[in-house]
Amino acid sequence: MVSPLVRIMLRELWHLRGQVVAAALVVACGVAAFISMRGTYHSLVVAQDDYYASYRFADVFANLKRAPESLAQRIRAIPGVAMVDTRVVADVTLDVPGLAEPATGRLVSIPPRREPTLNDLALSAGRYIEAGRSDEAIASRTFAEANGLRVGDSIGAVLNGRWTKLTIVGLALSPEYVYEVGSGVVFPDNRHFGVLWVGRPALAAAFQMDGAFNDVALTLAAGAVAQDVVDRLDRLLEPYGGLSAYPRRDQVSHRFLSDEFGEIEITSTWIPALFLAVAAFLLYTVLSRLVSTQRAQIGLLKAFGYSNLAVGLLYLSFAVATVTIGTIVGMAAGIWFGGLMTGLYGDYFHFPRLSFDAPASVLLETALIGLIAASVGALGAARRASSLPPAEAMRAEPPASFRAGLIERSGAGALLAPTLRMILRNLARRPWRAAMSILGVALAIGLMVVGRFGIDASSHLLHVQLDVIQRDDVTVTLREPREAAAREEIARLPGVLRVEGFRATAVWLRHGHRAKKVALVGIDADDSLHRLVDRRLRRVDLPPEGLALGRKLAEILDVKVGDTVTVEVIEGARPVREVPVSAVVDEYLGLGAYMDRRALARLLREDRLVSGARLRVDPAQAPRLYAELKQIPAVAGVEVKESVRKVVQDSLDRAFEMFSRIIVVFAGVIVAGTIYNSARIALSERGNELASLRVLGFRQREIVAILLGEQALLVAAAIPLGLAVGYAIAAALVPVFDRELFRLPLVITNLTYAWAALAAIVAALLSGAVVARRIGRLDLVAVLKTRE
Amino acid sequence: MRGDAVFHVHGVSKVYRMGEVEVHALREVDLDLYEGELVVLLGASGSGKSTLLNILGGLDRPTRGEVFYRDHQLTAASDAQLTEFRREHVGFVFQFYNLIPSLTALENVALVTQIAANPMDPAQALELVGLGDRRNHFPAQLSGGEQQRVAIARAVAKRPDVLLCDEPTGALDYATGKLVLEVLERVNRELGTITVLITHNAAIAAMADRVIRIGSGRIVGIERNATRASPSEISW
Repeated sequence: MVSPLVRIMLRELWHLRGQVVAAALVVACGVAAFISMRGTYHSLVVAQDDYYASYRFADVFANLKRAPESLAQRIRAIPGVAMVDTRVVADVTLDVPGLAEPATGRLVSIPPRREPTLNDLALSAGRYIEAGRSDEAIASRTFAEANGLRVGDSIGAVLNGRWTKLTIVGLALSPEYVYEVGSGVVFPDNRHFGVLWVGRPALAAAFQMDGAFNDVALTLAAGAVAQDVVDRLDRLLEPYGGLSAYPRRDQVSHRFLSDEFGEIEITSTWIPALFLAVAAFLLYTVLSRLVSTQRAQIGLLKAFGYSNLAVGLLYLSFAVATVTIGTIVGMAAGIWFGGLMTGLYGDYFHFPRLSFDAPASVLLETALIGLIAASVGALGAARRASSLPPAEAMRAEPPASFRAGLIERSGAGALLAPTLRMILRNLARRPWRAAMSILGVALAIGLMVVGRFGIDASSHLLHVQLDVIQRDDVTVTLREPREAAAREEIARLPGVLRVEGFRATAVWLRHGHRAKKVALVGIDADDSLHRLVDRRLRRVDLPPEGLALGRKLAEILDVKVGDTVTVEVIEGARPVREVPVSAVVDEYLGLGAYMDRRALARLLREDRLVSGARLRVDPAQAPRLYAELKQIPAVAGVEVKESVRKVVQDSLDRAFEMFSRIIVVFAGVIVAGTIYNSARIALSERGNELASLRVLGFRQREIVAILLGEQALLVAAAIPLGLAVGYAIAAALVPVFDRELFRLPLVITNLTYAWAALAAIVAALLSGAVVARRIGRLDLVAVLKTRE
Repeated sequence: MRGDAVFHVHGVSKVYRMGEVEVHALREVDLDLYEGELVVLLGASGSGKSTLLNILGGLDRPTRGEVFYRDHQLTAASDAQLTEFRREHVGFVFQFYNLIPSLTALENVALVTQIAANPMDPAQALELVGLGDRRNHFPAQLSGGEQQRVAIARAVAKRPDVLLCDEPTGALDYATGKLVLEVLERVNRELGTITVLITHNAAIAAMADRVIRIGSGRIVGIERNATRASPSEISW
């Protein structure tokens, strides 16, 4: 025999199914957001850990000019070092079939016969290189896929002045390039940058590295302190042109992954929290209404001797049932969404094994959080039900009393039609309920603004970086710094309209105990293809002496204009100088440090060498230029701005569009759920009133206008608040995205605001339409005979 | 007094299904209502008088038969047309007043006048029911009798052609009930609105031009009073 209380609950659940579904859907969104984001975070971390461990990702890395292989023994002897791998690494220009522009290939040496190495390869297609074949290479799978290359295809490369054809015999991934970007680049451009693994003998021969190496990776023994090893390694490598060793946390791919994972961890906490807060509020309003319509039943139950606790639990169980439905739906949706999200991350982060997996602990956590939200939502109503004395409960609820509100007393009320007054007074009678509805909708609108904030901010970032700051068409980087005459040679290439040479050198900047390794770039004050700007994008003149530092770098070093920093050059004669900071400039990408090229030449005690050049190019002649650049041995890299823009924009759009779409679905559910619930409660409280108006000759659409007018006012009030909430959340997110690699500017376009408002209005209209249909079903005859 | 019929009811039957049982609320009812008359529909509870009133007011449709209001055939009208009919021609007074609690007395009246073609001034309508000084009170601040008089003011303010009152004194005490009847009588006399008043209280029949007795869904008798008694003269 089912307990009567259980039957009451089931019947009420059925009776209020619309509102239960609305609240359950909001719960489902929260749960889905929680599971998909938490699960994705968990899956990424597991994939990363697993990958790093199985393929022996190194702990410390160092680049140098050239050192004899015998030095490897001394590196192994450094206390705390476990395994050491020396390598030859070189960036070269590639001629990729089907790609007009030159691509940059990072050639990394591998042993001629397969043996376990650090940063080992996960071969996903083809085979390992054959010993003795100098023309075979294993290509990064990502690079190959982006360019439609398959095992058996060939790529042209200039290896130390000689045009060479490399045949791709295998495709692989490496823990070193989970996030595959070239040096000094922030966003991955998998068509124009890729890693190729080539046999050590072939690479050594091509770059005069026989019996030598220019790159080293090592792992640490248990308990070793990374910094100690880094310092000893630096001392050891210094005579060999060491460019400062760095620990894993500064390794580009790893760094980006940790930053990204950190962000996912933060957003996976607060976004679901917002949903669950709204769900708790919806449950509270549904249950409060339920308790007030069921006063008689509550009184009866108590009169029959059911305890306060039993009655309170009845209403609590109502909430728990709602949340259980929402949690089950949310878990299913969350696992599905999680699969999508993980797949999307898989496009950026290349792990050999990455599959969405929400561990039991996350599922349990979710269920628990859901229950807490339910209890919070239900507690007030349940307490009210349990504290109603039976005699009082059986009497009808006292009639609603109204007062003239502020508007009337101000005299402006005379202008308002009676129907509008009804709406205003009903809202004013329950200001908290109205405020909570407004808040729920506003939060949803805020979320939608945040959903598109990424798109706005990254578009602005690209615009500033690629239109305002970088004004060239093509940037050419040279393998070694060259005499200024190299500039003239570049100027003679086809289609080159303007050339501006620059000098870049790796330096340590130190200020107090703070230090940062950056590329110090020497440019000319009259350069027009690279502009320094301030926060408002106004041009900043390059000071003739001293440093111009990017704002983020100035923050890291804790310096302002007028302070002095120590510049330690890590190439050539390695001079150390005290240099004043003369300007702070604004950039969204990287850590920029600039100096007048003549001042930098004096600091380096060299003639005015160039490390590369920025070009303005005649588009009609660009293909010819690219073809020639592919053949020049001195060129290490070519960056074509428009192709960078396209690739970066595509990948950002893909990521943010998907995120934005998921958010808009979730936020739409919040708006629809809140408004549906609010309208249903209004209908249940005032059904009699509205039916009376129908009897008096009000048309159906006039009744709909009265009922939904109230909801429309709530939404209208929520829109400006929601836009402000969105701005505030975005402003709070900006510091989270304040990374060394890139910063998100706080830019939200009017289109985003309009879009969020429109989406909220559409969601509200949809739920309003559902409720409006019920007005057609009002029983007009019954109202003549029933007491309120 | 006898002119062309304003309402013409012919052969009207109404059958409800209540679960397994068919309830014959009205059986073959014929009735005409004329300009300016005050009619009392008298019958026990369940006699079918409310069903008849609902059909006259365009809230319900008969199962068989036809109902004409002047040249409109209500039995052929759509829901939207019935709404327009109520809006333009019918004033309702409910047993439980059904005022809008969030609106003052004056606003409750204005609510209806704003959708009427040729309404009276809401304040004037309240004067008519003797509540000119209570215009800014909310329903919760008014007694039952006062609330019912506001409801009457609301019903008459749009100058309807017919005033339909379903047990208007049913929820009121004796003295207040008489006051409300006086107001209805006065409205009928001064404005000439056809007034149909449902009651199970036989004493009230004395104030009518015609008394229509209903029992078991049929009209069992129609009487014409030679003179209408003033509600103040009636007692029960």
